[in-house]
Amino acid sequence: MGRYVARRLIQLIPVVIGATFLIFSMVFAMPGDPIQRLAGERRPDPARAALLRDQYNLSDPLVVQYTKYMGGLFKGDFGTSFTGRPVSEIFADAWPVTIKLGLTAFVIEIVIGLGLGLLAGLRRGGYADRSILFGTLIVIAIPTFVLGFSLQLIVGVKWQDYFHLPVAGVTDGWPKAYLLPAFVLAGISLAYISRLTRTSLVENLRADYVRTAVAKGLNRRRVVGVHTLRNSLIPVVTFLGVDLGGLMGGAIVTESIFNLPGVGFYIGQSTRASEAPVVVGLVTLLVLIYLFANLVVDLLYAVLDPRIRYD
Amino acid sequence: MTDAPDGQSAGAASSGVLGGGGGGEPGAAKERHGSLAADAWRDLKSSPLFWVSSTLIAVLVVIAAFPGLFTTRDPSFCDLSHSLETPSSKAWFGYDFQGCDLYARTLFGARASILVGVLVTLGTSLLGGFIGAMAGYYGGWVDSVLSRLVDIFFAVPLILAGLVFLSVFPNFGIWGVVAALTIFGWTTAARIMRSSVISTKNVDYVTAARALGAGTGRIIMRHVLPNAIAPVVVVAMISLGIFISVEATLSFLGIGLQPPTISWGIQISDGQRYFLRAPHILLIPSGFLMVTVLSFILLGDAVRDALDPKLR
Repeated sequence: MGRYVARRLIQLIPVVIGATFLIFSMVFAMPGDPIQRLAGERRPDPARAALLRDQYNLSDPLVVQYTKYMGGLFKGDFGTSFTGRPVSEIFADAWPVTIKLGLTAFVIEIVIGLGLGLLAGLRRGGYADRSILFGTLIVIAIPTFVLGFSLQLIVGVKWQDYFHLPVAGVTDGWPKAYLLPAFVLAGISLAYISRLTRTSLVENLRADYVRTAVAKGLNRRRVVGVHTLRNSLIPVVTFLGVDLGGLMGGAIVTESIFNLPGVGFYIGQSTRASEAPVVVGLVTLLVLIYLFANLVVDLLYAVLDPRIRYD
Repeated sequence: MTDAPDGQSAGAASSGVLGGGGGGEPGAAKERHGSLAADAWRDLKSSPLFWVSSTLIAVLVVIAAFPGLFTTRDPSFCDLSHSLETPSSKAWFGYDFQGCDLYARTLFGARASILVGVLVTLGTSLLGGFIGAMAGYYGGWVDSVLSRLVDIFFAVPLILAGLVFLSVFPNFGIWGVVAALTIFGWTTAARIMRSSVISTKNVDYVTAARALGAGTGRIIMRHVLPNAIAPVVVVAMISLGIFISVEATLSFLGIGLQPPTISWGIQISDGQRYFLRAPHILLIPSGFLMVTVLSFILLGDAVRDALDPKLR
């Protein structure tokens, strides 16, 4: 296990460098002079512009800028917005909202997704199975933002008297305030998880070791709960890691629909205002979190499936 | 979303059940003969799912190519006196806020979505397929380098990457969106191609071809690729739907396609503002978008069914 962890950590290094460089070089290519944009219609004072340019290393070549940026990153400095606010401060303000939203969505998709998948897989071909397969397919085909508006206006506005769920801009009062946006965010992943669980459960129920377990006279509960489920969860756990990326993309959409001032909300806002340092800082942070989470998932994967550790 | 396709096979398994079962055709009783493609085609012909989805796709493609066949109205002709009118016999889908005919606009909007979906799928399959095939076939350090490259691009979530890319290159219309999604969307195809090639390159007929003196190019083109390409094709069809949906999301965020381009994403983003007063403006393009995405996913499912020997 130790060797496996070490190997994964070493593999992570080039990926972190490559991904941050990729984002950084894209924003470096942004057209226009950011200092001029900051000044708006007026001509910026040359001395002041030179100072700012120097402060943000804007006159260095790309690689030097990137190296300086990475140096700052290791000291916890993710850059400053052009208005002088540190990106880490913006992040500190925004992440509680996103974490609450993301975790609520994560719990919803795991509980409901796994539940539906188990139900469908155990009653393969039955009425429940067919309606779950059909329903999840429809959910996958609906883009997140369409689901978001529809639920916001139907559940949040038209059925307000039954559910009393806040519609937009309410960030305190977890979990109630987050239920609706989290459900929207979880929607597509929930559908994938239930389909994935079902497929892998159906496949594993046909496996020889399950037949052996049944032949040994174990009861169904133990056969499914211990023997089948552990093996069926492997693809689901892998999906959960990959899915974090989807959740981050979805958070931009969900947070702007429900007006939640989370990380995604700020990314969307600063992209529209072409505030490059904020976009790079926040996206870089998200990518680092994503890579780290996937490392955790990989380790979890190795715990679930010993074959991974030994190859 | 590497695992998305796996989730899809669930639908595949039940396709017969949903469709009421095609039953055994006379030819099935005989021993199988012919190529994989002929086999797959025989399977596809009896799948109702395949006929439904491919008919829908055919209709949508005709609409996208020749919207003028279905409507004589000009989608950019708007009359404010009709603003927000609901569907009627005069205008089947009603009017939007600017008083433009929604039926005409929805039909003309198909082109942008389907064009983006098809081009991005072609681009990602070619780019990803090539890189994946190289990594899988050569192995060793080539594989290590290319696999890390895949990891790097995979580490940036598609919508985040699209957002950054399109704010850097904002004025390239449909081509900007296609470029953004291709550059950051090829990794799934590469991963699948790689594992598919790895499992194909060591089989006996490849060794035999090599022993007979076939060159690397010939082995890859004639022996490995034809046998490794099926999973990539299936995933391509499913991702086509997903790319269409991502394009709509980017347009909705205000960073993908821009007016005056007519697209479903822009229409939906417009309709959102008047949802309570006139829900049809949002619901009709959303419905078209959903049916398109669904058709491609279902077609991918049906093709997977036909190509997957495990289900036979």
